[in-house]
Amino acid sequence: MDEEKVITCKALSKKFGDFYAVNEITFDVNKGEIFGFLGANGAGKTTAMRMLCGLSFPSSGEATVAGFDVYKQQESIKKNIGYMSQKFSLYENLNILENIEFFGGVYGVERKEIKERSALLIQSLGLEKEAKKMVGELPLGWKQKLAFSVAIFHRPKIVFLDEPTGGVDPVTRRQFWDMIYEAAATGITIFVTTHYMDEAEYCNRISIMVDGKVEALDSPANLKSQFSVHSMDDVFYQLARGASRSAD
Amino acid sequence: MKILGFILQKEFRQVSRDKTILIMMFLMPTIQLIVFPIAMNFDVKSVNISIIDHDNSTYSQKLISKIGSSGFFKIISMETSYPNALQKIEQDKADIVMEIPSGFERNLVREGMQKIGISVDAINGAKASIGGSYLTAVLKDFNANLEINTENPAKQQGMIDVTFRNWYNIRAEYKYNIVPAILVILLTMIGGFLAALNIVKEKEMGTIEQINVTPIKKWEFILGKLIPFWIIGMIIFTIGLFVCWIVYGIISQGSIPLLYLFASVYLIALLGFGLLISTYCDSQVQAMFVAFFFMMIFMLMGGLFTSVESMPSWARGISNMLPVTHFIKVVRMIMLKGSNFGDVQTEFLYLIVFGIILNGWAIWNYRKTS
Repeated sequence: MDEEKVITCKALSKKFGDFYAVNEITFDVNKGEIFGFLGANGAGKTTAMRMLCGLSFPSSGEATVAGFDVYKQQESIKKNIGYMSQKFSLYENLNILENIEFFGGVYGVERKEIKERSALLIQSLGLEKEAKKMVGELPLGWKQKLAFSVAIFHRPKIVFLDEPTGGVDPVTRRQFWDMIYEAAATGITIFVTTHYMDEAEYCNRISIMVDGKVEALDSPANLKSQFSVHSMDDVFYQLARGASRSAD
Repeated sequence: MKILGFILQKEFRQVSRDKTILIMMFLMPTIQLIVFPIAMNFDVKSVNISIIDHDNSTYSQKLISKIGSSGFFKIISMETSYPNALQKIEQDKADIVMEIPSGFERNLVREGMQKIGISVDAINGAKASIGGSYLTAVLKDFNANLEINTENPAKQQGMIDVTFRNWYNIRAEYKYNIVPAILVILLTMIGGFLAALNIVKEKEMGTIEQINVTPIKKWEFILGKLIPFWIIGMIIFTIGLFVCWIVYGIISQGSIPLLYLFASVYLIALLGFGLLISTYCDSQVQAMFVAFFFMMIFMLMGGLFTSVESMPSWARGISNMLPVTHFIKVVRMIMLKGSNFGDVQTEFLYLIVFGIILNGWAIWNYRKTS
């Protein structure tokens, strides 16, 4: 395939003491695809993602993100990615516009540009009335949508989403995935972790991590036929059943 | 530089929404400066004394009235026996017991000397020692004015009359010593606590992770945290100086810009210290605890209330390692003595070095990638 690879990962590991949180994972992510990163709690998804985002040093192995090395060029990686963590992490005592302004600003977006883009964004989110409201007062679903919009505001090459729809109602989840598709259509590569198997079906390709290792990697359709089952739920169940790390 | 602008804008917005901080900014300097110097009065003015006079002579009466009129003592009771008087001390009514033995006058006249018993309640060390020395001074004065001595100057052996003059604090009033100390505490609290808690709060909220994944440079982030608190600190210092002037009439004898120069450097050092704590702690509780631990050391070993010179040499060593020691020295020298830059340049160097080390350490220890 001559598709451009935006993430390459070769035997990437992270060791805490003598515990391998991530054990020699190898995969590539192509430009513009929606890559689902699945696994039970404690399988090592977040640790792997933190290494790719330049938040944590790998113990061994190689990886590049947007063409930059995860050991030496973390600051260059950070310029080219967006990140939405598991824990809501916009400033609750700043209002919506101020949060957008701050995060846009630290990524180097010009003030004028910020103004124009945030006006459009507020409009498309339908948050005109709430624009001056403290983010802490918003309901969770809106917070998550806003956090995603902020993560892609500076138009990164890749956006990392760590369980973005945790605790969100089905309708909002659906809307959230519409936003993901829209972003992917503009050429942003999406790297997303999730627990919801219906969401896994929305991804172009998925990988399933078990006990720190990538046990399966393909498109949802191929995985289902490979395991001769009808749903992603069953694929996941077959793989995760053998896990030694208990899912909490 | 542009990014720093965005960080500062965000920090100022957050601080301006924190009503507690805003109220404390004005309440802290006024309350601390008005209440503490009055409450923490170490001047010993009224020492309660109980006297046992076994002699009941003209001389003993003279001595007692001299003590009573000295202005330092309050004669709370005249007792007939030492155990009775001791009871007054036990009941915490008397600080000092003086026993005049029988034959006081006779021995003084005939033999030219007489011993007097003084017992001091030493639970309150300062009051006891100062009370004891006041009493000795009164006795010495009484001794010098005895007729037998004035009639025979030859008998006054080695009488050196010592007179005191208090420089820089003419009435030796405690407030001149304590008010600058409280100004220093104010700045120390701002630097130590507010800064320490601020970054840790971002850690607790999880927002630091979002910061760490952006291309913000470490120095931009640290500076973004430092500048707002530096400004708050300088405002508090200014309010403090006004309170000193309005309430106590204390106006700096030395140059005000010099005072501000030192305050600004000291504040940078202390903010660096607070930031350093926050890079090591994960929760506000931890940070608070650590900051409080050091704050106690600063207060008790920095020469704010005690004299560094009278500490044992190992303690003086520790004291010299504290920025607060050098700053309080300078504030007192400039405010009370009117010292100029030449007099305090060593202290300036100390503070600069502290500022560089503490801030450098904080930036070094703040990791965007773990």
